[in-house]
Amino acid sequence: MTSKYWFEIKEGLKISLNAIKSNKIRSVLTTMGIIIGIWAVVTMSTAIKGIDLAFQTGVSALGSDNLYIDKWAWFNNDVPWWKMRNRKNISMKDFKKYKSLAKLPAAVAPSILTRQAVKTKDESIDFVFVVGTTADYIHTTNLTFNQGRFLSELESQGSRNVTVLGSEIAAKLFPAGNALNNFVRIKGHKFKVVGILDKQGSWVLGNFNPDKQVFVPIGTVFKHFQKESFGSLTINVKSPNSQLVPAVTEEALGIMRKVRGLSYNEENDFAINRQDGLLSQINSTVSVIQIAGFFITGLSLFVGAIGIMNIMFVSVKERTKEIGIRKAIGAKRRTILGQFITEASFLCLLGGLGGLIFAVITSLIINKFLPTSIQYQAVLLAVLISLITGILSGLAPALTAAKMDPVEALRYE
Amino acid sequence: MNIIHIEHIAKIYQVGTEEVHALKDVSLDIEKNEYVAIMGPSGSGKSTLMNILGCLDTPTKGAYIFSGDNVSEMDDNELAAIRNKRIGFVFQTFNLLPRSNALHNVELPLIYAGLPSSERREKAKQALIDVGLGDRLTHKPNELSGGQRQRVAIARALVTNPSIILADEPTGNLDSKTGEDIMALFHELHQRGHTIILVTHEEYIAEHAARIIRLRDGLIEKDEVVNKRIIPQFQNGEE
Repeated sequence: MTSKYWFEIKEGLKISLNAIKSNKIRSVLTTMGIIIGIWAVVTMSTAIKGIDLAFQTGVSALGSDNLYIDKWAWFNNDVPWWKMRNRKNISMKDFKKYKSLAKLPAAVAPSILTRQAVKTKDESIDFVFVVGTTADYIHTTNLTFNQGRFLSELESQGSRNVTVLGSEIAAKLFPAGNALNNFVRIKGHKFKVVGILDKQGSWVLGNFNPDKQVFVPIGTVFKHFQKESFGSLTINVKSPNSQLVPAVTEEALGIMRKVRGLSYNEENDFAINRQDGLLSQINSTVSVIQIAGFFITGLSLFVGAIGIMNIMFVSVKERTKEIGIRKAIGAKRRTILGQFITEASFLCLLGGLGGLIFAVITSLIINKFLPTSIQYQAVLLAVLISLITGILSGLAPALTAAKMDPVEALRYE
Repeated sequence: MNIIHIEHIAKIYQVGTEEVHALKDVSLDIEKNEYVAIMGPSGSGKSTLMNILGCLDTPTKGAYIFSGDNVSEMDDNELAAIRNKRIGFVFQTFNLLPRSNALHNVELPLIYAGLPSSERREKAKQALIDVGLGDRLTHKPNELSGGQRQRVAIARALVTNPSIILADEPTGNLDSKTGEDIMALFHELHQRGHTIILVTHEEYIAEHAARIIRLRDGLIEKDEVVNKRIIPQFQNGEE
């Protein structure tokens, strides 16, 4: 019995192919909605996957089991900003006390962020994120080096004028690739380049992207760029593993309250930040894109489905006589129903394939910004969606065809 | 044995508020290997009778027994199966699928019968050879002459080896010479044992049959045996 259905499907396909061939322009115009819909759904899922991937790799470069003790809460806004602004800065003294008391962390390092112009003889970049830190900083991250090394213990303690460049900064300042052991000027002060990072992050990380940062000993920041009392530090804390993150957080809370001299009834005047915050922020952005995308996709598929339905009604009307002939020589209702549903599905499937082709082209363009390619799940989804759209939009016209009275249909001219 | 047995059938159409009695009370029997012509002026109910005989329509009243099966109580799908396997239609306007070639047109009833493709092709080919179109298998209807198209239609009617062949004005769209050819083909099919029911309004065409049933105003006016049957001859070539 299954072989019988197979014949009918095959016959249906042959008929649809003929019908589509004889109405080429009409078919293309009709499937436009489906083409756009499928293009949107595939492109969107590809882009979202790309953002996700870019974020994952970026975060792993920054270090995934990290805490950041800061005056500011990065993501949660429970405390009003003016209250945070009025908090005492986190000072080197605070950091040193914390470091001496903390037992659990694998590594801790202070960091302070300033924005400075960085120049060579020929090149210049304004507002580079200059991170002042210590040699331990490298142990709180997973940064890898293209050339050279990170700041040494001696250099950071002695506040030597040495620097490590992020990959994009190095590429811009030294197009010839001869950065190592060369010199840059940061706010007019000469710094020797001791290391260049590999390309790490991605633009999705924004200011956290180490590719666009420059690292110097923290002492040189206080010496050359800004007074120690002017800025507040971030204390980078690396937990030995992810299981210990809550314990490290608890410990940090206790120590920091002590360091900051808070009594039991005072609120924390610092925040312990995690990258999860960044994740949830990106996720919320992604979900907005997703909702908008699904809305657009749904709308264009809906319009597409109406187009297909319309053209199928026309097709049924045009082929009334043919339906009559087929019925007269023994086509059952189910067969006619199947024929027109097959035709609608086939039309939609072609539209879906068209959309996929456009999506592949688009993904090649997206690939320039995000590390991604078309997901096979997306392809499967596209095919499935276009099939379902075809079946749904073909249903009503096919039913009209199936219910036709053979006598009337044969008489139709 | 009777292939067709109809008993007091009537067909009433509702046109607006009016009832139209297309068939009032018709009873008749047709035996295997009969060659019957149904005649009548327009409005006599002959088309309605043909539709009922061809299982395209069911009577409002009365019983229609088609080789033992009560057709008047069948649903759409059962009727479709009967049309597919036991009735071969030949129409005045040929009613071929315009975009399909001769072979595929003849194959169509076999597709609906669910035959495997190789068997289908073989049977369709043979049917076309039988009607003298062995060299026109891949021609589309618009590449064939009127007579050839009607032969394709006859091949399509024959391919399922039906119990009856129902021909509705088969020569109506053909010139007389070609029409004669088609009638010769029917004669040959009758000789080979087929049961043929011919619907026509032309006396001359009807006289090819062995029996003429004359309808008027939805009733059988006369059911007679043809004394001087016309035995058609194949004309050499066409057009």
